[in-house]
Amino acid sequence: MQPSDKNKLKMYTRRASLLSGGMMLLSSALVGRMYYLQVISRSQYELLAEQNRISMRLLAPKRGDIVDRNGHPMATSTTDYRVNVIPEETEELQDTLKSLGKFIPISASDNDRIVKASKKQRSFLPISVANNLDWKTFSNINVNMPDLPGIQPDVGTSRLYPEKELAAHIIGYVGPVSEEELTGDPLLELPEFKIGKNGIEKVLDEKLRGSAGNSKVEVNVLGRVIRELSRQDSIPGKTERLTIDLDLQKYVANRVRDESTGIVVMDVHNGEILAIVSTPSFDPNDFNNGISQKKWDSLRGDIRKPLINKAVSGQYSPGSTFKTVVALAALEAGIITEEDTKFCNSQYRIGNRIAHCWKRGGHGRINVVQALAQSCDVFFYDLAIEVGIDRIHEMSARFGLGERFNIGIMSEARGINPNNEWKMGAQGVKWQLGDTANVGIGQGFVSTTPLQLAVMTSRLVNGGIAVRPKIYFDDEDDGITIPGDMGISSKNLKIVDQGMSDVFNHPRGTAYAHRSRKKDYKIGGKTGTTQVTRISMAERQSGVIQNEDKEWIERDHALFIGYGPVEAPKYAVSVLVEHGGGGSSVASPIACDILEYMLDRDLAKQNELNGGQDV
Amino acid sequence: MPLSARIGSHKQKSFRQKFVDLNWFIVFIIVCVASVGFAMLYSVAGGSIDPWAKNQLIRFLIGLAAMIFIALIDIRVWMFLAYPLYALSLSMLVVVDIMGTIGKGSQRWINLGFMNLQPSEFMKIALVLALARYFHCLSDEDTLKLKSLIKPLILIALPAVLVLRQPDLGTTLLIVMGGIAMFFVAGVRMWLFIVSFVAMIPAAFGAWQFLKPYQKQRVLTFLDPETDPLGAGYHIIQSKIALGSGGVYGKGFIQGTQSQLNFLPEKHTDFIFTVIAEEFGLIGGLTLLTLYFILLGYAMIMSMSVKNQFGRLLVVGMVITFFLYMFINIAMVMGLVPVVGVPLPLVSYGGSAMLTLLVGFGFILSTAIHKDTSIPRGGAFA
Repeated sequence: MQPSDKNKLKMYTRRASLLSGGMMLLSSALVGRMYYLQVISRSQYELLAEQNRISMRLLAPKRGDIVDRNGHPMATSTTDYRVNVIPEETEELQDTLKSLGKFIPISASDNDRIVKASKKQRSFLPISVANNLDWKTFSNINVNMPDLPGIQPDVGTSRLYPEKELAAHIIGYVGPVSEEELTGDPLLELPEFKIGKNGIEKVLDEKLRGSAGNSKVEVNVLGRVIRELSRQDSIPGKTERLTIDLDLQKYVANRVRDESTGIVVMDVHNGEILAIVSTPSFDPNDFNNGISQKKWDSLRGDIRKPLINKAVSGQYSPGSTFKTVVALAALEAGIITEEDTKFCNSQYRIGNRIAHCWKRGGHGRINVVQALAQSCDVFFYDLAIEVGIDRIHEMSARFGLGERFNIGIMSEARGINPNNEWKMGAQGVKWQLGDTANVGIGQGFVSTTPLQLAVMTSRLVNGGIAVRPKIYFDDEDDGITIPGDMGISSKNLKIVDQGMSDVFNHPRGTAYAHRSRKKDYKIGGKTGTTQVTRISMAERQSGVIQNEDKEWIERDHALFIGYGPVEAPKYAVSVLVEHGGGGSSVASPIACDILEYMLDRDLAKQNELNGGQDV
Repeated sequence: MPLSARIGSHKQKSFRQKFVDLNWFIVFIIVCVASVGFAMLYSVAGGSIDPWAKNQLIRFLIGLAAMIFIALIDIRVWMFLAYPLYALSLSMLVVVDIMGTIGKGSQRWINLGFMNLQPSEFMKIALVLALARYFHCLSDEDTLKLKSLIKPLILIALPAVLVLRQPDLGTTLLIVMGGIAMFFVAGVRMWLFIVSFVAMIPAAFGAWQFLKPYQKQRVLTFLDPETDPLGAGYHIIQSKIALGSGGVYGKGFIQGTQSQLNFLPEKHTDFIFTVIAEEFGLIGGLTLLTLYFILLGYAMIMSMSVKNQFGRLLVVGMVITFFLYMFINIAMVMGLVPVVGVPLPLVSYGGSAMLTLLVGFGFILSTAIHKDTSIPRGGAFA
């Protein structure tokens, strides 16, 4: 070896050792960093890695059913057979759609929508092609899956109202969640999720909704689901059972199909509402996916107001049906007795105004029972003024007038149970004697809903129990507040009930012509006819224009409150027919038919039971 | 007189003898490192040899053959070819530079039709060869003289500027740092390095002006990746998550969630170390580091018994190149240095770097086979 190389080697060895040391130092920095990341900070990064890959998918719960008292469904969730297409799984999107066209019609606009969506969203996300398929078509598509690359049959749920418009006003409807309805609950943000928008669907929404499940899935960086890691199934919403009797509801709705009505049928003892009918109605199924503007406009524009639940939201003068309460107020105050009479000559002077009885020529001398049966106006003008508005108001309140029962369906109206205080507040004018006279025949300021009239009727005939109406079987108040006695003498109640029975069953009763001819029981009630437009002096002189000659909107409202059987009252019914004409001619036959339907059915059941026991 | 007799001052080994003398243990370790690469490329493809593992294996076999071929050629031949190879590489860089200017854009390779030639990779080898030859021929006294450093500095500066213009910051750094390391082992005075280092600070500010916006962004993002978690910092954050969540034992082969679900970017190239660390944990990472340590440690220790300066400097140059690849890549995926786009030696998918490194190791092995060959200062053929 040359000496110069010896020196060079010496220098080299020193420097190379230094360099190696430097490299090892740097390498140890790498090891230190690895230790820091993989040992010290491990849990933190593990969490971040999990957050990266795990995505929670909410599973929408099945919405609870709403059923009638016998378990018949009024609102239910049905399986919705749908077909989606996943563009990336097709060989050629158009070819697949063309093949699918052999099974279901795909319109040109649907085709455009799908192609547009396929260009906009990620190719592994499904695009809806069709929904609400029948089972046959759906299974056909499933069988032919090999020929339909990229087609994904899918089963979802949608809300179904099997009885369509039958109970739309009670049940309400569901619809897509709007911006204002978001509460932060992620369930509401699911694209297909529906919530209650009206009626019981809205009131009991949270109970019916159930609770969401979730599915933990592994996703890649693009958000594509790789596999499911775990799943917690959703808990379906609870089934709600109503006191409604769907058969009765159907019967009533059919009976008044062509009228504009509000009808309530209830059990006089426990307050269970057996039917609430408001006609005309609408099909809540139309609202599921958002109603079309055209349909909505036609519903809104209808003068018969199909969207309003007339049975609980409609406020009408009770008319002569209110005479029952006035009579009871007088009897309870001791102003008259059963025997006391008044004379009706068809005219009654209040101050400088003359009020008329509906019957030309008057009723002559009559007592309170006759006055009720024949619905004498003069008798009640005079009686009301004698009793005074305060006692009438107090008695009305005991019968639930002017009260909102909060039975748990939407938009229950309060009505007006007027007195001086109310008038001062509402109009700033003192109560006049003429106001009392008007209220005496159920006109003027007093206004009620058919529901209130049904409650009033129940309390009149059930022995003076302050029964409260209810529509839910599992009402939480149940058993806690037992309806109290109203503290009205049964003798006086019987007097009024006699008058109501005579309306149908006494030859002079206003609805005698429409009485029930059944042998097994009798039906009672009270007619009412309320003017929608004031009868002018000119009209009175020229002879009152017959209802049939008026525009529909100007005709009288027909009312009837009925109960049966008279011997042992079980059911109360209130019938309001908007612009229907006379209470006796239009409303009382309806009430009679409804009560006969119920009582006949009960009798048939009873006979069946007895017959069974005899054999 | 035959060439071998004329250039040799030492007895000639037969070709067969050289083949036997080849350090087969080191060849085995190299195969091991490359196999880690095949396994990881198989993993990041979701358990498939396509599209990466198969290609990589073919390239490796070609590179391995080149390495053995180079190892068997007499080291004096390489010394003889050092300057011509440097000149060739430099002219190719110039060609690429001109093509880039015409093509108005970044241009790093020459398309030969059947393959893309990346001259900057060749230059890494050629520069080491050229510097080794230069310092070999320098006398001890001259080595200490300042003016002797002008020529080698030019040797470094020419390719550095050309590569920086491409622009390829990562390769430029590798070239410059490799060159400086050779200055160091050649025996250039220590104080020069200290002065240069101090002078680097203002120079760094000057260099900052030359950086492309994306390069500046990389540096800035490196300094605080969390400021841009969805943009430029995303890569580093996801890489750190993958590494950290791998823990000590890893998530298992083909089980790395970050890599398999594509949260990790460039997982088959620059970020492949992250996949190793995620799927095999700290143990996997340390194992690979150990393999590298064996390779480089062997080369450094071996070099100290080489009887010619050219060979020694050649080894150091190659080791430094190899080490810088490894260090920068691993430090980069762990967030220690900015993302500069340097592959993990023999593991990352890609042909050029693998070929460079295998050729480099070919020179190391050649030096080992010919370590007893002494070469006069004037050169083998002087």
